[in-house]
Amino acid sequence: MSHELTWLLVAIPAVSAAILLLGGKATNKWGHLLGTAASLASFVCGVLLFVQMQGLHDEERSETVRLFEWFTVGNVKVDFTLLIDPLSILFVLLITGVGSLIHIYSIGYMEHDVRRRRFFAYLNLFVAAMLLLVLAADYLLVFVGWEGVGLASYLLIGFWQHKTSAAVAAKKAFVVNRVGDIGLSLAVMSMWGLFGSSAFASVNAGAEGMSSTWATLVGLMLLLAACGKSAQVPLQSWLLDAMEGPTPVSALIHAATMVTAGVYLVVRSHAIFEMSETASTAVVIVGTVTALAGAIIGTAKDDIKKALAGSTMSQIGYMMLAAGLGPAGYVFAIFHLITHGFFKANMFLGAGSVMHGMNDDVNMRHYGALRIPMKITFVTFAFGYLAILGIPPFAGFFSKDKIIEAAFAHNPVIGLCALLGAGITAFYMTRVMLMTFMGKKRWADDVHPHESPKVMTIPLIILAALSLGGGALYFAGHWIEHWLEPVVGVEEEHPPLPAIAMTAITLAVVAVGIVIAVAKYRRDIPREAPAGSPLTVLARRDLFGDALNEAVLMRPGQYLTRTLVWLDNRGVDGLVNGLAALFGGLSGRLRRFQTGFVRSYALSMVFGAAFVVVALLAVRLS
Amino acid sequence: MIGLILPAADFVAPKIEYTELMPMLVVFGAACVGVIAEAFLPRALRHVAQLAITVVAILAAGVLTGLLINDNKELIAAQGAIAVDGPALFTWMILLALTLISVLLFAERSLDGGLSAFASQAAAVPGSEAEREGTAARIEHTEIFPLTLFAVGGMMLFASANDLLVLFVALEVFSLPLYLLCGLARRRRLISQEAAMKYFLLGAFASAFLLFGIALLYGYAGTMSLGGIADTLGKNTGGETILLAGTGLVGVGLLFKVGAVPFHNWTPDVYQGAPTPVTGFMAACTKIAAFIGLMRVFYVALGGTRWDWAPMMWVVAILTMVVGSIVAITQTDVKRMLAYSSIAHAGFLLTAFVGLAQAGSGVHNGITSTQAVLFYLVSYGFSTIGAFAVITLVRDASGEATHLSRWAGLGKKSPLLAGIFAFFLLSFAGIPLTAGFTGKWAVFSAAWSGGAWPLVVVAVLSSLVAAFFYVRVIVLMFFSDLPADAPDVALPGWQTTTAVALGLAATVVLGLVPGPVLDLAARAGEFIR
Repeated sequence: MSHELTWLLVAIPAVSAAILLLGGKATNKWGHLLGTAASLASFVCGVLLFVQMQGLHDEERSETVRLFEWFTVGNVKVDFTLLIDPLSILFVLLITGVGSLIHIYSIGYMEHDVRRRRFFAYLNLFVAAMLLLVLAADYLLVFVGWEGVGLASYLLIGFWQHKTSAAVAAKKAFVVNRVGDIGLSLAVMSMWGLFGSSAFASVNAGAEGMSSTWATLVGLMLLLAACGKSAQVPLQSWLLDAMEGPTPVSALIHAATMVTAGVYLVVRSHAIFEMSETASTAVVIVGTVTALAGAIIGTAKDDIKKALAGSTMSQIGYMMLAAGLGPAGYVFAIFHLITHGFFKANMFLGAGSVMHGMNDDVNMRHYGALRIPMKITFVTFAFGYLAILGIPPFAGFFSKDKIIEAAFAHNPVIGLCALLGAGITAFYMTRVMLMTFMGKKRWADDVHPHESPKVMTIPLIILAALSLGGGALYFAGHWIEHWLEPVVGVEEEHPPLPAIAMTAITLAVVAVGIVIAVAKYRRDIPREAPAGSPLTVLARRDLFGDALNEAVLMRPGQYLTRTLVWLDNRGVDGLVNGLAALFGGLSGRLRRFQTGFVRSYALSMVFGAAFVVVALLAVRLS
Repeated sequence: MIGLILPAADFVAPKIEYTELMPMLVVFGAACVGVIAEAFLPRALRHVAQLAITVVAILAAGVLTGLLINDNKELIAAQGAIAVDGPALFTWMILLALTLISVLLFAERSLDGGLSAFASQAAAVPGSEAEREGTAARIEHTEIFPLTLFAVGGMMLFASANDLLVLFVALEVFSLPLYLLCGLARRRRLISQEAAMKYFLLGAFASAFLLFGIALLYGYAGTMSLGGIADTLGKNTGGETILLAGTGLVGVGLLFKVGAVPFHNWTPDVYQGAPTPVTGFMAACTKIAAFIGLMRVFYVALGGTRWDWAPMMWVVAILTMVVGSIVAITQTDVKRMLAYSSIAHAGFLLTAFVGLAQAGSGVHNGITSTQAVLFYLVSYGFSTIGAFAVITLVRDASGEATHLSRWAGLGKKSPLLAGIFAFFLLSFAGIPLTAGFTGKWAVFSAAWSGGAWPLVVVAVLSSLVAAFFYVRVIVLMFFSDLPADAPDVALPGWQTTTAVALGLAATVVLGLVPGPVLDLAARAGEFIR
């Protein structure tokens, strides 16, 4: 494979971001075009690499590209090395492919924003960092990309910084992610301690000999990192607020790519998780809990983007769950990650298109009957809807069904939870569909919904097609299984019931979800949200996630800082000021010896000379 | 007439190693040429001619010194009177470089209406008609250039004197021109003359101590040569009281020049009164010459009795650091503040000096005291001249505005100038990435490896106190409001610009890549006898 293509993948968007950020206003005119071109160029590189890879044998498809020695400290040597293999190339294609579509879409979406050039610079920065994350061959380099996407995410969530809510949301995302980042940095340090290196090759080779305690510890650290980036319980709270960012950002970063980095990390670290039952079980539990929590939150949100965000949480929960199942689940985790990237980006962009026509109103209670003025958006959204529900032959059917099967094979309780989650998903997605596109119009008179321009609808159509056809990755001869087998291994697990029965049950549960939703939202929907049952309130308030954070972390933290400030004011400042006063006073007194009279200077010299001679004699005589 | 012819055998022409002494001879020779030029050249030409003579002489001497360093010359020249060894050559090189910068500052004429910083006629009574006439006629004292050359020649000799008598002569040769230079300020002439007078009186007093000490040492050892004294120490001939008294008094004379407490009182008054370029020259070059002279005498001649004098030097070092740092806190004049800061720096240098004496001269791992002191002197010298050069630029109608309150808000008026000054202050404070940090690290680690860790502790604490008053000035410059009557920042001529740039460049480079100069200082090796 071509080395140049590999590093160009990362370099092109990085250079473009640098040009756009440093070029300033001079690049305003063509900034969005350069940004889009850079993303497309990266995509072309990815495709070329992918094609080259097709012609190779399984074992030849992994190639490390060592660019330069990054640094050496003591015994630890870190190279700037990229790894291109079947797993990373899938991510590359997803990131640059969906990324390019979203770049194109943004040209239309951000048309009237004075800071559009900056927006594209940040998007490019994100693409570069995300590619570095998935192409790095060393955990430390992963960390660089990890922080890079965190930065890009922060900048883009807070892109409309004039809104306090956006600024606060960006800050929240940054702080919560920081908690997760501690996990990754601790894991890297542990790897240096255990293996003397953080390169994938050394870690994979050394993992076999790890003690189970260390495997558990490192696994949990990595899980913490994954929770932060992928908005898994307990670090989920930032994702819903992150919807303050422009909608293309929500689609690219907070649905299709960045938030799946945690899943990538777990799958990439399979060697460590396979050594520790505890760590992989923790992954399964986190995934299951999040899958349900996200789905429940999604049921009560009136903000279309927040409903979709809850759904994202939930779907990533499924991926996590699968990733925790070991070799039986890795492939399906990645498979679902890709199909989810298609259909969720599709729906987010659809939501953006709706907002575009509705004067940026996000409240679904103000929508209704949009199927008529926005036909393309409606149809493409419907494709995404059918895909996430898992209706055959849409992409989600293949990926989600497989995860539920694997979950049942692993543990019936987990399987039931996954099944339940599918039902809730059907419920809340149907709700979104009904409230937005069906029923009667509820929008105000001064709103004139209209279809979005072509530059926005064409990406929608492409993504809709992918939502439909993405399943081909699997049903075409289990291609994705064979493709990923050299990297993560594959293991067939047999569910307690035949696959066809499992599929039937799943579809039945989904149908129940749809029916309940239709029954509930078929009628007129009030423009103002009703009070709702305690369960609804619970879901609306994100299962009290923020309240919990506030009570457990924020309040004690505030008390701690207040105490420290008090101590600082009283104790430390007192000490310091006292010392300063002491020295100042001393200085004031000592300066009086400087009288300005030569005679007194001479006298002090005489005393000094006497002291010197006496001191010398005293030392000798003593 | 036969009786008048001396027998040929009685007189042996002294052997003079002209090659090795050539740098000094060039400087002294150029000084004499300068005096002649002063007498014969028309007034209009003198400034340019003197500047040219001085600069050429310094450059030539520098090149010659460089050649000697390159050849690794080490010998006792002039019948045992002068030691041309690694430290001496290194010191010559620094002295010449710093003198070059100082001479540029002396030659600056664009700051004060086309006139230099020196009085038109030193003999005219301040405020008199004669003074006004002199100024109106644009008369200048171009003698400052030969005086400077004499001073720097004397300093070079002082740093390499291998004989107490030569040491004394060298001391006078460099001191007398300095007394004169101090009294030549164009502005604030009374305080300048007062400074010169004080410096002269106290300097004479210290010379007397030194001379008496030399006499006592001669009485003990029967020789003036440093090597000879060292040999006598080993023989245990008795008469230790005379030896110790002599050691003490010689120490007083040398510590006076270094500016160590309690012989420091002259420093603030003289630094404040002298013309600022001269202050910079003195603060940098005198300190260097005096320190190397001090180390040579105490290491070479008196190394055998270091257990006797080390405790006294410990006390002096501690006093110097503590008093210098603490008294600087309440200073209100920039020049006085820097004077106390220079006292504190003398204390830091003394820690390295005493450190090695404690352990004996066998420190192979790490940094030797000589190396540390040499490096510190380089870094301190460049920062000091640079800082004083900056001070010459902040002016109001009455000349330089040296009161600290006048510096408030300077960072808003001239961010570049204030930034450069702040950088020099940070270097003095020993903040990492400046030359001062590397220098402090070098002297402290030398003292530490020599076993003088209590001194290092005191030194670090003193640095902490010192950092306060340095940073205070920075805060004053950048975080205070600019008053309406703020002084102007004069536009410097090429001379001051070059001087500041050189000082800044050295401070930056020595902070970022100290390796080469540290290596050079290490290559200088130890004093020879």
